[in-house]
Amino acid sequence: MVILIFNNHRKPWLSKFCQPYSKDTQQQIIRMTFHLVSKRDENVCNFLEEKLLTGGYDNKLIYRHYTTLCSVFCMDFSESELGILDLIQVFMETLGKCFENVCELDLIFHVDKVHNILVEMVTEGMVSETNMNETITQIDAQNKLDKSEAGSAGAPAHAVSVVKNMNLPEIPRNINIGDISIKVPNLPSCK
Amino acid sequence: MALKMVKGSIDRMFDKNLQDLVRGIRNHKEDEAKYISQCIDEIKQELKQDNIAVKANAVCKLTYLQMLGYDISWAAFNIIEVMSASKFTFKRIGYLAASQCFHEGTDVIMLTTNQIRKDLSSPSQYDTGVALTGLSCFVTPDLARDLANDIMTLMSHTKPYIRKKAVLIMYKVFLKYPESLRPAFPRLKEKLEDPDPGVQSAAVNVICELARRNPKNYLSLAPLFFKLMTSSTNNWVLIKIIKLFGALTPLEPRLGKKLIEPLTNLIHSTSAMSLLYECVNTVIAVLISLSSGMPNHSASIQLCVQKLRILIEDSDQNLKYLGLLAMSKILKTHPKSVQSHKDLILQCLDDKDESIRLRALDLLYGMVSKKNLMEIVKKLMSHVDKAEGTTYRDELLTKIIDICSQSNYQYITNFEWYISILVELTRLEGTRHGHLIAAQMLDVAIRVKAIRKFAVSQMSALLDSAHLVASNTQRNGICEVLYAAAWICGEFSEHLQEPQQTLEAMLRPKVTTLPGHIQAVYVQNVVKLYASILQQQEQAAEHEAAQATTQLLVDRLPQFVQSADLEVQERASCVLQLVKYVQKLQAKDVPVAEEVSALFAGELNPVAPKAQKKVPIPEGLDLDAWINEPPSDSESEDEAPKAIFHDDEQKPTRHRQPEVDEEELARRREARKQEQANNPFYIKSSPSPQKRYQDTPGVEHIPVVQIDLSVPLKVPGMPASDQYVKLEQERRHRQRLEKDRKRKKQRKEKQREGRHRRHSSLHTESDEDIAPAQQVDIVTEEMPENALPSDEDDKDPNDPYRALDIDLDKPLADSEKLPIQKHRNTETPKSPDKEDVPIVEKKSKKLKKKEKKHREKEREREKERRKEKEKGDDLDFWLSTTPPPPPAAALGPSLSPGEPGVDAIVAAPKEECEEPKREEPENEENDDEQELEKKPSKQKKKKHKKEKEEKSKDKKKSRRKKPPSEALAEPMQNGALEEGPLPPVSSYCLLAENSYIKMTYDVQGSLQKDSQVTVSIILENLSSSFLKNMELNVLDSLNTKMARPEGASVHDGVPVPFQLPPGVSNEAQFVFTIQSIVMAQKLKGTLSFIAKNEEGSTHEKLDFKLHFSCTSYLITTPCYSDAFAKLLESGDLSVSSIRVDGITISFQNLLAKICFHHHFSVVERVDSCASMYSRSIQGHHVCLLVKKGENSVSVDGKCSDQTLLGNLLDEMKVTLAQC
Repeated sequence: MVILIFNNHRKPWLSKFCQPYSKDTQQQIIRMTFHLVSKRDENVCNFLEEKLLTGGYDNKLIYRHYTTLCSVFCMDFSESELGILDLIQVFMETLGKCFENVCELDLIFHVDKVHNILVEMVTEGMVSETNMNETITQIDAQNKLDKSEAGSAGAPAHAVSVVKNMNLPEIPRNINIGDISIKVPNLPSCK
Repeated sequence: MALKMVKGSIDRMFDKNLQDLVRGIRNHKEDEAKYISQCIDEIKQELKQDNIAVKANAVCKLTYLQMLGYDISWAAFNIIEVMSASKFTFKRIGYLAASQCFHEGTDVIMLTTNQIRKDLSSPSQYDTGVALTGLSCFVTPDLARDLANDIMTLMSHTKPYIRKKAVLIMYKVFLKYPESLRPAFPRLKEKLEDPDPGVQSAAVNVICELARRNPKNYLSLAPLFFKLMTSSTNNWVLIKIIKLFGALTPLEPRLGKKLIEPLTNLIHSTSAMSLLYECVNTVIAVLISLSSGMPNHSASIQLCVQKLRILIEDSDQNLKYLGLLAMSKILKTHPKSVQSHKDLILQCLDDKDESIRLRALDLLYGMVSKKNLMEIVKKLMSHVDKAEGTTYRDELLTKIIDICSQSNYQYITNFEWYISILVELTRLEGTRHGHLIAAQMLDVAIRVKAIRKFAVSQMSALLDSAHLVASNTQRNGICEVLYAAAWICGEFSEHLQEPQQTLEAMLRPKVTTLPGHIQAVYVQNVVKLYASILQQQEQAAEHEAAQATTQLLVDRLPQFVQSADLEVQERASCVLQLVKYVQKLQAKDVPVAEEVSALFAGELNPVAPKAQKKVPIPEGLDLDAWINEPPSDSESEDEAPKAIFHDDEQKPTRHRQPEVDEEELARRREARKQEQANNPFYIKSSPSPQKRYQDTPGVEHIPVVQIDLSVPLKVPGMPASDQYVKLEQERRHRQRLEKDRKRKKQRKEKQREGRHRRHSSLHTESDEDIAPAQQVDIVTEEMPENALPSDEDDKDPNDPYRALDIDLDKPLADSEKLPIQKHRNTETPKSPDKEDVPIVEKKSKKLKKKEKKHREKEREREKERRKEKEKGDDLDFWLSTTPPPPPAAALGPSLSPGEPGVDAIVAAPKEECEEPKREEPENEENDDEQELEKKPSKQKKKKHKKEKEEKSKDKKKSRRKKPPSEALAEPMQNGALEEGPLPPVSSYCLLAENSYIKMTYDVQGSLQKDSQVTVSIILENLSSSFLKNMELNVLDSLNTKMARPEGASVHDGVPVPFQLPPGVSNEAQFVFTIQSIVMAQKLKGTLSFIAKNEEGSTHEKLDFKLHFSCTSYLITTPCYSDAFAKLLESGDLSVSSIRVDGITISFQNLLAKICFHHHFSVVERVDSCASMYSRSIQGHHVCLLVKKGENSVSVDGKCSDQTLLGNLLDEMKVTLAQC
């Protein structure tokens, strides 16, 4: 099972390979998947059969396009196709809830957090949690733990990163990811 | 210290964090690589520092770079450092990095074992969780072996979060370390009934995944999954289970029968499309597995097809796609039901979505008939023209060939049309499937004799036309066609109209640009052509022309002699010398044509691709044995090939058939045989005597229409298939008219001759109407006589799942325990000491104890074997719907009126069996009345009344006589004495025991309350302490709940209403409510109490497992033979049976045991055969027929609930096995 999120310009923002592939194969899979998925029109079905992709196994690409993103799951036949399609939606919605305002930049800058969320939902190629609230509870608890540990030691670094973030020239103000339409708050400007 | 910390964090301020890195990369779009290599250098510096926070930050950045495709394996050790950080934040970063970049080859992984073990046993659930998820990504066989036991322990962790993860990771452990599967499986199975839905779904996930790879080992779980399927409301779980059943049904058709109904219900009721779709899929799988036996499932097929039609018609492309996908599965077994939706499928061919078009193409395969083949192919051809992408076009091409050639060209009525379609397909540029077209051309030309002339003319046109030769090399796919064309023109050169012209075309200089294997065929066939031209010219006495032809060859062949391809060169040299020799002879005016033609004399028969392999080895021939003494050197090797070449020379060279796999071949052969048997059009040219079974007289009746070849031949090479469509339509029209006339004639003949039919009824009327245009003598591929059936071994030996093909029902052996390691270095190779094993699967624990006691392995093994057998039978009970001889029949003679001694026999066991009954006088009265009402048989009424009176007298007597507690200690009447009395038995069994207290319990149901049972627990104080504040609590399941005082929550215990002084015992009763009684249940519970003695008081706990067997839901209810017979006749009871061997006790005692332990009453007893009856608290009737053989007892049961019956019989089996 392979899970990918990339933008419309072939940049992967998330990649998760549940089988060991060499790094070249991984990059090739990302390239090929992008190639296959990006040329699909809208209004066509979200399934693609592609045997070449992962070494001849009967795998299926199940993908969902969002405005600037595309989320692709490559599965074998053990999972229900429609189920995975739902799971992608749940995953994106969970991201929306966990980041409060999800936008592409969140995914870009917090790829580690996205991984942590994904791990709660999919373990070892098997869907482990489909309940969004359960996932969020676990993630919140972990983040709390994270924060309490960081304590004073983490504070200055955190402050620095906040200041650094303010210089972001290109944060889009309003990003629409499919069904999740969330506004990015106006950041205090200190120009 | 504090200062150092602050300093550290100030340092960190100036390090780049992940966000900075990402931002930097985005700002350096032009020189990204350079920027990143700079960053990697920085990261390397950071990793050298002592501060773990800095390291973690560096590792975090590396994880991101890894995703972008940079190698970070050099940092593996640093990743481990971060993994072993004490803080969760860093640990998480470390494990994430490890999960992204570690793999089996990473050598530092072995350093992680102890760290991971530490994390797994960490008190923080998130440390454990993070370690588990990380481990799942990089577990190696070594890690799996070392940690399997730790992970197995976590499967029973108190936190569902950890349990869930542990269960999922076990799957990966199984894959890497298959030996762990058997010891861990019982616990995994337990998790199927975990109270937490997440854990349950994880267990379902893992077992489904395991079962998908090796379904047969998991058949015994079917009843459990069936129960889950009917009880679960989680769609994810349902989908998984239903998918699993789809994999199991092909192995066990009886399972399918059971599934149809609940699945159909789900299809009707569910609103979730995904679930609906999976249900339909599994129903299809069931129907496929049943396709042979069950004719009355057409309703289910109809339902599926209807639902699929709704999906396909949906505007959602995803549903459309899935609908078509499922439809293609139905097509294989029930083509008729799919064919009725042809309109819809053809419509999908025009869909804008390629995936959908491809799926629709798959379905076309089953849509064609003789009537519409041309039409459909025409449509596909127009798609071929429009298609842009080569993949889709190639797919179209293969599909066209597939549907035309399917079942031995069954649907082709006009081969001229087919040849011209193939020729049109050669115009496709850049296709990869040239060889497919070539193979078809060859196959048709060889096997359909009547078409050869036409084929040859088309092929010569192909050879003549420049486009194929011109467009080779770059798009080399299609030039393969020339291989076929050249061969056909050479082999069947007698049909060529202008051989001279073709010969020149084959000798053009451009030919040398073709691939070598094609040139070689060219050279070979040039000679064939030359031979036939020579013959013609010599016969016409055109010596000049003949010499000119020879000269042409002598001039042109040298271009092939220079070929770089060895094969071409070799053949060309030989041929050139031959031709030069012919030239010499010609110069002397010697006629040579005969001799040259003799080179290629003889006819070709197609040989099946694997014919050679199928030749059976004659008896007594050992191919491996040496015939002579083994030679010292390799001389013999030279010998062998020579002999082979000798054989080969006798056969002319022939085209090798494209490889078809064995299965396909067997199928085709079967289909062909059937077809030939049914179709008189097929004439065998095979000389094999055993195959001549056709009724030759029939052939003369075939209306063979002579084809006017002049029409299509006018425009050779031009797209002509359309014309054929028109021609064919006209022909069919004519044929129909002719047939009508003939039919009338035939009818008259029939009247004279009586029965005279040619056609088999297997063909549909419409297909039969169309006779093929050519006499289609499709020559069968030759096979050796007595060809061996192929032995197939499809399994890939490298398949990682193959190792998991493990029998899970076998009990565990001691050697199979999971290794438990303390320290790697102190570990000794011998298996861990038994006492040190804290976690061993229950069964093995039990076995171990026994072993210690008896040291009799033999007996144990026997027990195991019995258990094993039982397991296998379990499923059989559950599944069996084939009725064993019904008890009613066996009882038949005893029921007939006037049979002497019946009453006496009936009365005797009756009495005994009343004995163990609990006192329920009111109930019994009611029952008697009920029985009375039920009794409808008028003729026997009188007799039975008498009988009843007698019995009720007996009953009363026995009730009066025997109090229940000592019932079985009483001696038996009617000759039972000779067996000696049974030892006193108590229905109370041990619940739990420790140094303080011993608990025994019994479960009783009552007929008034159909969903309640009372559990009586006898508590006995074994200690010298005073026990008080006793509280009993159980973990409720969905099905079974303890009745608690009002207002108490489910977690509260129920107080025991007494205290226990030392040595005293007392009985407490608890009420449980039960929803379904068809399955046995186990509830975990705890008794907590305070033990008080001189030293003070301590709080104590005793855990127990309360077992609600199905038997405990039964209530001994008397039943009279007529009511019993009526019940059996009613037919709405399901049947099941068991058999227990090695029974030594008397039948009498055996019946008594069943009556006592399982709450049955004897209805009738004849010799060593008795019928018994009982009733559940929810009103299920349970009827038994118990028969005793030499050393065995068989019990056939009938019950209104199959599951209940199965479980009851299982329990009975256990009881009987102890006899």
